[in-house]
Amino acid sequence: MNKMRRPSRRESLPGLLFASPALLWLVAFFAAPLLAMVAVSLRDGTTGQYGIGNFVQVFTEKAYTDALFNSLTLTAVVTLASLVLAYPLAYSIASLRSARMQRLALTFAVLPFWTSYVVRSYAWLLVLAPTGPLNSVLLAIGLIHTPLRLAYSTTATEIGFVHFFIMLDTLTIYASLVQINPRLALAARDLGASALRTFLSVTLPLSLPGIAVGAFLTIVLCIGDYVTPQILGGMRAIVLPQTVMMQIQKHLDLPMASAMSLVLTVVMALAYLTLYRFLKTGEPGR
Amino acid sequence: MNTSQKRGAGGWKQLACKGLTAAYMAACFCFIFAPVAVLVLFSFQDGRLPVPPFHGPTLHWYAQALANDRLLSAMGHSFLVGAGSAFLSVVLGFLAAYGLARYRFRGQTLVRSILVLPMAVSYLIVGMGLLVMASWLNIAPSLWLVCISHVVINMPLAFAICSAQFNPAQVRMEMAAGDLGASLPRVLLQITVPMMAPALSAAFILCFTLSWDEFLTAFLLSRFDITLPVAIWGLLRGGLNPQTNAIGSMVFFGAAALALGAEYLMFRKKSS
Amino acid sequence: MTVLHPSSASSAHLAVEAVSKHYPGQTALETVSLHVERGRYVVLLGPSGSGKTTLLSLIGGFTMPSSGIIRIGGQDVTDLPPAKRPTTTVFQDYALFPHMTVAANIEFGLKLRGLKADARKARVATMLELVGLGQHGERSIQALSGGQRQRVALARALAVKPEILLLDEPLGALDLALRRQMQDELHRIQRQMNRTFVHVTHDQEEAMALADLIVVMSHGRIEDMGPPRRVYLRPATRFAATFMGESTQIEGRIHGQDGQSITLETEIGLLRGMAAPSSGAMTDSPADTQGRIWRTGDKAVAIIRPENIRTAPESGQAMGQALVYETVFQGNYVRVFARSETGQTFVLHSPAREVPASGSTITPHALMDDITIVPAQED
Repeated sequence: MNKMRRPSRRESLPGLLFASPALLWLVAFFAAPLLAMVAVSLRDGTTGQYGIGNFVQVFTEKAYTDALFNSLTLTAVVTLASLVLAYPLAYSIASLRSARMQRLALTFAVLPFWTSYVVRSYAWLLVLAPTGPLNSVLLAIGLIHTPLRLAYSTTATEIGFVHFFIMLDTLTIYASLVQINPRLALAARDLGASALRTFLSVTLPLSLPGIAVGAFLTIVLCIGDYVTPQILGGMRAIVLPQTVMMQIQKHLDLPMASAMSLVLTVVMALAYLTLYRFLKTGEPGR
Repeated sequence: MNTSQKRGAGGWKQLACKGLTAAYMAACFCFIFAPVAVLVLFSFQDGRLPVPPFHGPTLHWYAQALANDRLLSAMGHSFLVGAGSAFLSVVLGFLAAYGLARYRFRGQTLVRSILVLPMAVSYLIVGMGLLVMASWLNIAPSLWLVCISHVVINMPLAFAICSAQFNPAQVRMEMAAGDLGASLPRVLLQITVPMMAPALSAAFILCFTLSWDEFLTAFLLSRFDITLPVAIWGLLRGGLNPQTNAIGSMVFFGAAALALGAEYLMFRKKSS
Repeated sequence: MTVLHPSSASSAHLAVEAVSKHYPGQTALETVSLHVERGRYVVLLGPSGSGKTTLLSLIGGFTMPSSGIIRIGGQDVTDLPPAKRPTTTVFQDYALFPHMTVAANIEFGLKLRGLKADARKARVATMLELVGLGQHGERSIQALSGGQRQRVALARALAVKPEILLLDEPLGALDLALRRQMQDELHRIQRQMNRTFVHVTHDQEEAMALADLIVVMSHGRIEDMGPPRRVYLRPATRFAATFMGESTQIEGRIHGQDGQSITLETEIGLLRGMAAPSSGAMTDSPADTQGRIWRTGDKAVAIIRPENIRTAPESGQAMGQALVYETVFQGNYVRVFARSETGQTFVLHSPAREVPASGSTITPHALMDDITIVPAQED
């Protein structure tokens, strides 16, 4: 990159002009609403007085702290499980011989992405139902004798999420893996490293950007999701988005809902800051 | 003798490794396709429950789904919201990407990060924010609000896709066109847009698909007129029902076709 | 210098014996044999697709031969993977680990060999010193220039004290000035470390500057091998002659043979030259140039290097008259192109002071010893 002088204010105008419709849209319909949410979250739902009462409630009342705890553990389990399961899949696809085979396998691996979001969870409900295909198969081969009660449980929510995020992580990890210069692994082997050692000290560290992007998207999408736990979770271990929706639908308590949403946003921001280092890693092993 | 044994052992190890890889891939594909397979299979169920045993094929539930006025009008709404929000997203995203690719200005990095920021925030937050603001301004929930929220969600994506497709060769081509006396709007419409057509259509299709499928903000921001995912959500209240399978299967095949089309456009662009 | 005949294979440090490599529908190497003494700098030279890179990768263990045996230090390594061979490779694009510092890259192989931390540190320091990067140990790879990366790759491969260092077009990515400078460095380091180097390139100048032994390859076969001087001045085949540099090539038929001198009948008259040596000859002495049968009437070509053609009448055999049609100024000499009435072209080097003008007529001369007669076609 050649360093150019700083553009003057006059030169800045056309670029900003082109970007301004998009910027204005985001200011009006994204930034302003977020600020409105902050303002509302500081108001008491019943008395209308301003203060941090809602936030205090989020962190002290058991129903809310439980929901926050459930959200965090669910997200952690889902993020880890998805990465652990997706990595070998992405690796296998990346080591297929021809580029065309790789492309085909990848396209198929993410095809169920395009099931409607709501329908996907519903389909898992079918698979996991007491009389559903999974139990039928397990009973038929004699692995179990009474149907497993999988549907409407935290496990069901986790399965539903992991299903979605395996596909997502496979995409991001694959993208990272194929950018690694294959000669790096050869060089490591040449210097005496075993296959495992080569993987641990060369391939894995160089695919960290893909892992980080996958982890970040999983955290954001998982912790903010309402549909999957609502359909599959059976109201057992309620997560934060479910309490947010309850505040809106049952209690019409926007301030409380806003406060909880902001707590969620802070969690996401923390995830972003933690993974930022890896998200920005440029030149992955070329 | 010795060497041939070594070769044999290496061969076995490699074979076992390959077998393990293939088995793992097969297991993953089974897991990934299980819900889709079950969904599609039991949409043809000749019975009231979409679970085994399978009673043989019927198109009854498809007929019922296609005769469901609530579903059909929801589909129409989804189509309008999807097309409208995707169009706006692509136009805004393209203009911004153009401005950032062609001109250098102060705060460019800041503008870029602001433009992609909504991608890092969950839909719930976008929907909540608009809901709070609307209720403050006494605006009733409507499809307009849903459309606005979908532009907020999808425009960053359109911007990112367009940005990735701008390259120096195109800049030179535009400079050549400008050099030959074409005005800026003319260059944009006759040179840039046609050159970017594959990226623009891919971005449009992706934005449309995502909007078509978006549930949370649509759920929060609509009241009487609803989109398809919200209508399906309503169906779920009635429990397991093959009609849901039928509509779900139709949506899946439609979206998958669109997505493959978008990928084809992007891939063809890259390889040319 | 000693001559390497197949019988001396047992004493060879690196022995490639009748190695072939076939891919479906194509042959990358066809029965190639090569014997190299310890401490030699070998350059595999050839155009792309000649099999030189395949040969290197077979020696390194990255590719398995279809048939044949490879020995290093007398040990059969044909079936060993790269990790178990006493070779290391400097890759074309260096293949440095981008997520490690310069020092960590060099240390990588040492760690795998179980060296203690202080021993590793000392070795890394020595290697950095050797390649002239003493102060750059903690730098990241991204912060290095192309030439510096080249040095790190060299240090990393040499740190583990390989028996043989393999270099795959190591200077290909560098610009010309840097390439010549790195050539000298490579030469110095090879002498200092006293290891066997096998270096692949398509640049014949690079090959001549570096090699103790040049192996000229084409279409999966060895065309010629020997010391640079011999291969350049007395090439074994027409391909080797052409690939090693410019020459005047005069086609004709064998007219007669007298010991090592051969008379060629050409359109510009009889021409006496020296018979081409057999591939693998180490000198151009008569003892080394036997082993080929010349039959009267066979097609053959006389090869004359441009610096060996004189225009003064007293310098050997005259080769008819030729019209100068182009001169190219090269600084310390001028390349002169001329054509005879029969259509034979000549290329010669002339001192800048006495360049014949374009359009003038010259009478090219060459000494018998400066003319090499090679068979017209191989096989």
